[in-house]
Amino acid sequence: MEQLQRKLAEYTTSLYNENILDEQFIQLQQLQDESNPDFVVEVVSLFFEDSERLLNELAKALNQANVDFKKLNAHVHQMKGSSSSIGAQRVQRACIAFRNYCDDHNVEGCLKCLQQVKNEYTLVKNKLEALFKLEKQFVDAGGSFPIV
Amino acid sequence: MGSMLRMNRLLSSIVESCNCIIDPQLPADDLLMKYQYISDFFIALAYFSIPVELIYFVKKSAVFPYRWVLVQFGAFIVLCGATHLINLWTFNMHTRNVAIVMTTAKVLTALVSCITALLLVHIIPDLLSVKTRELFLKKKAAQLDREMGIIRTQEETGRHVRMLTHEIRSTLDRHTILKTTLVELGKMLALEECALWMPTRTGLELQLSYTLRHQNPVGLTVPIQLPVINQVFGTNRVVQISPNSPVARLRPAGKYMPGEVVAVRVPLLHLSNFQINDWPELSTKRYALMVLMLPSDSARQWHVHELELVEVVADQVAVALSHAAILEESMRARDLLMEQNVALDLARREAEMAVRARNDFLAVMNHEMRTPMHAIIALSSLLQETDLTPEQRLMVETILKSSNLLATLINDVLDLSRLEDGSLQLDIDTFNLPALFREVLSLIKPIASVKKLFVTLSLSSDLPEYVIGDEKRLMQILLNIVGNAVKFSKEGSVSISAFVAKSDSLRDPRAPEFFAVPSENHFYLRVQVKDTGIGINPQDIPNLFSKFTQSQALATTNAGGTGLGLAICKRFVNLMEGHIWVESEGLGKGSTAIFIVKLGIPGCANESKLPFMAKLTANHMQVTFQGLKVLVMDDNGVSRMVTKGLLTHLGCDVTTVGSRDECLRVITQEHKVVFMDVSMAGIDCYEVAVVIHERFGKRHGRPLIVALTGNTDRVTKENCMRVGMDGVILKPVSVDKMRSVLSELLEHGVVLESS
Repeated sequence: MEQLQRKLAEYTTSLYNENILDEQFIQLQQLQDESNPDFVVEVVSLFFEDSERLLNELAKALNQANVDFKKLNAHVHQMKGSSSSIGAQRVQRACIAFRNYCDDHNVEGCLKCLQQVKNEYTLVKNKLEALFKLEKQFVDAGGSFPIV
Repeated sequence: MGSMLRMNRLLSSIVESCNCIIDPQLPADDLLMKYQYISDFFIALAYFSIPVELIYFVKKSAVFPYRWVLVQFGAFIVLCGATHLINLWTFNMHTRNVAIVMTTAKVLTALVSCITALLLVHIIPDLLSVKTRELFLKKKAAQLDREMGIIRTQEETGRHVRMLTHEIRSTLDRHTILKTTLVELGKMLALEECALWMPTRTGLELQLSYTLRHQNPVGLTVPIQLPVINQVFGTNRVVQISPNSPVARLRPAGKYMPGEVVAVRVPLLHLSNFQINDWPELSTKRYALMVLMLPSDSARQWHVHELELVEVVADQVAVALSHAAILEESMRARDLLMEQNVALDLARREAEMAVRARNDFLAVMNHEMRTPMHAIIALSSLLQETDLTPEQRLMVETILKSSNLLATLINDVLDLSRLEDGSLQLDIDTFNLPALFREVLSLIKPIASVKKLFVTLSLSSDLPEYVIGDEKRLMQILLNIVGNAVKFSKEGSVSISAFVAKSDSLRDPRAPEFFAVPSENHFYLRVQVKDTGIGINPQDIPNLFSKFTQSQALATTNAGGTGLGLAICKRFVNLMEGHIWVESEGLGKGSTAIFIVKLGIPGCANESKLPFMAKLTANHMQVTFQGLKVLVMDDNGVSRMVTKGLLTHLGCDVTTVGSRDECLRVITQEHKVVFMDVSMAGIDCYEVAVVIHERFGKRHGRPLIVALTGNTDRVTKENCMRVGMDGVILKPVSVDKMRSVLSELLEHGVVLESS
């Protein structure tokens, strides 16, 4: 049990250290209470859905012969907003870089950035899923959550 | 005559008588007679024809002044002719009539002859003098011709000079000027060689710069102190010099006899010669030398008019050269200015880039530095609330303290850099001045009592209670100064006194630039903080307010701190149009820090501001927002959900909408607050705010509108304020922030602080 706790703590800390998540995620966790026990999971799932949709849209838009940078910008903006809302810092940063290339109308750069965003998103998705699994294990083992 | 007649009668009677006898003697007398007869005839003829001829020719000539003389002369001749004619009849026997005619004629002739003779005495000298005059006039005409020839030559030369001048003055190129001069002079005066020697930069030598014959003369130089050169430079006239002088020895010496050489100085005028008050004097001390050589082996000599021409040309050349020099100078100055402009522009752009880069860096670092700090502080404080062993608790407290310090440090650095580039602006508001001092006192009292220092506060009675200024920063200044006083005093007391600065105390002798101008709405607050601490070395006083410096004494007492505190104070004081300085008598004698800042006096319109006074004095009340109806408008699903979760956690009854239309459809009077994400792309959230204002009228009743945005730049804030929003808050929003925002909204109807 303590081992699990420690492992969980370490994992969480590592996530923060690597900037995969920032304090916004902490805020989210604070919002989780008795009336809203699965708040974090819900938000994160919504984020996953949203992001996947957006990433597809982005790929589609960049595949066009005539790239519509306005639409591209709008999508990236959305993605940036979502990722900052849950605290996925690296995704957010990648989105910012993406936006710059959009403003410069640089298709090459955009493609590169899209790849980057995809990578970061995949990373954060994996990490979050791992985190949730650990948390579930912890809860199943009888642990309870003070917000850490 | 009687005897003649008798003789003749006698003779003729003899002849008649002897006619028959002496025949052969008669032809001798007859021959003579005949000859005389013929001669007289011809004489008479001649005598008659001469006048005719005279008359004829005089009539033909237009002018003859002596007509009367001619008539007389004619008469004389005619009468002589007549006499001789009549003589023809007197050879033989003639009657008495003929004799009378003859006598009359002779008498007349004698008369006329005498008169003519008398008159001729007068006339002949005249006639002779006519001839003399004619000769004289001829000579004069010849002389005039010669003179005309000379004048024409001169005029032609004058024309050449004008042409040359015009050519010289029409160009501003130095080389062209000099070349043209030499060429034209050479042509005009048919010179063999013409050369120009210019002074070198050092001024000690003359260098052969231009010649007529050679396009690029080899760099011959002569020292400038030669006597011949001094002679030429000493006068402004043309001077004839010897062909053997070093300046004239330009052609290889040959067998020919060198022609005459003259030289003239050409003054080189400088820009600085043209003073406003006096014309340039020719004592400029810089001359060039022009040498002109006549063709060798010709007997030509220098004429006066040629010398004058050379002088004139030399003057013109001087003027043209000075113009060219002026032009060169001004072009050079202009080029220099342009270069400097370009360089300045570049420097400015670089500086701008640097500032931008620095600002970008700061913006990023701002976030980057604060984020981990935030995490550390938040997590540590949370950790504090858990169960810990005493050692752990101590460790956590130390972590907290250190990280708070670090956070302060970061804030200080960021503040200072913002202060430096002037991007920091004071948050002016009305606040309670005595309360501020009391708060500072209360903050410092604990530390002071630990060090057993006695702290006193004295506020003068004429200090206004409410003032307008930047409260937070004023507190920062006070805390810093008082904190320093406490820090550097081991024992004794710290006294703080504040009063309204009167004009005499406004001037600090050490800062003559500080000029305080009190006015109707402002006053100057003077605060003195006196301590009995370790004092300051007078030499260190000037460095006190520089960044990062600490005197040795301070460093040894392990004071801690960044050394930025006073620098920041000074910046803030300057922003408040004030002045700050420190006085100390020396080490160990304590020190006094004094600052003066300008504060505003609230006018009559401060009733509306009074409610805001309560803002800072009261703590934030933990109001529950149970059941508070709020509307969240955000087009980003995740963001919307987070905000909803936040508000729900605080107890609100949250409705979410994802678009403008939906918002306007759903909103009712019951919603107390609308949270609007203004970074929604493509939707004019400001418009929604306007519509809400229109729909629900003013105040009490309409929902309060708060903008959520990812950036707090001035533009966004201004836009929000313009459409009448009641607050702007920066995403991401923490639970505490949202809590305080909601309580402020409900208390005051407006969110004043956004960060």
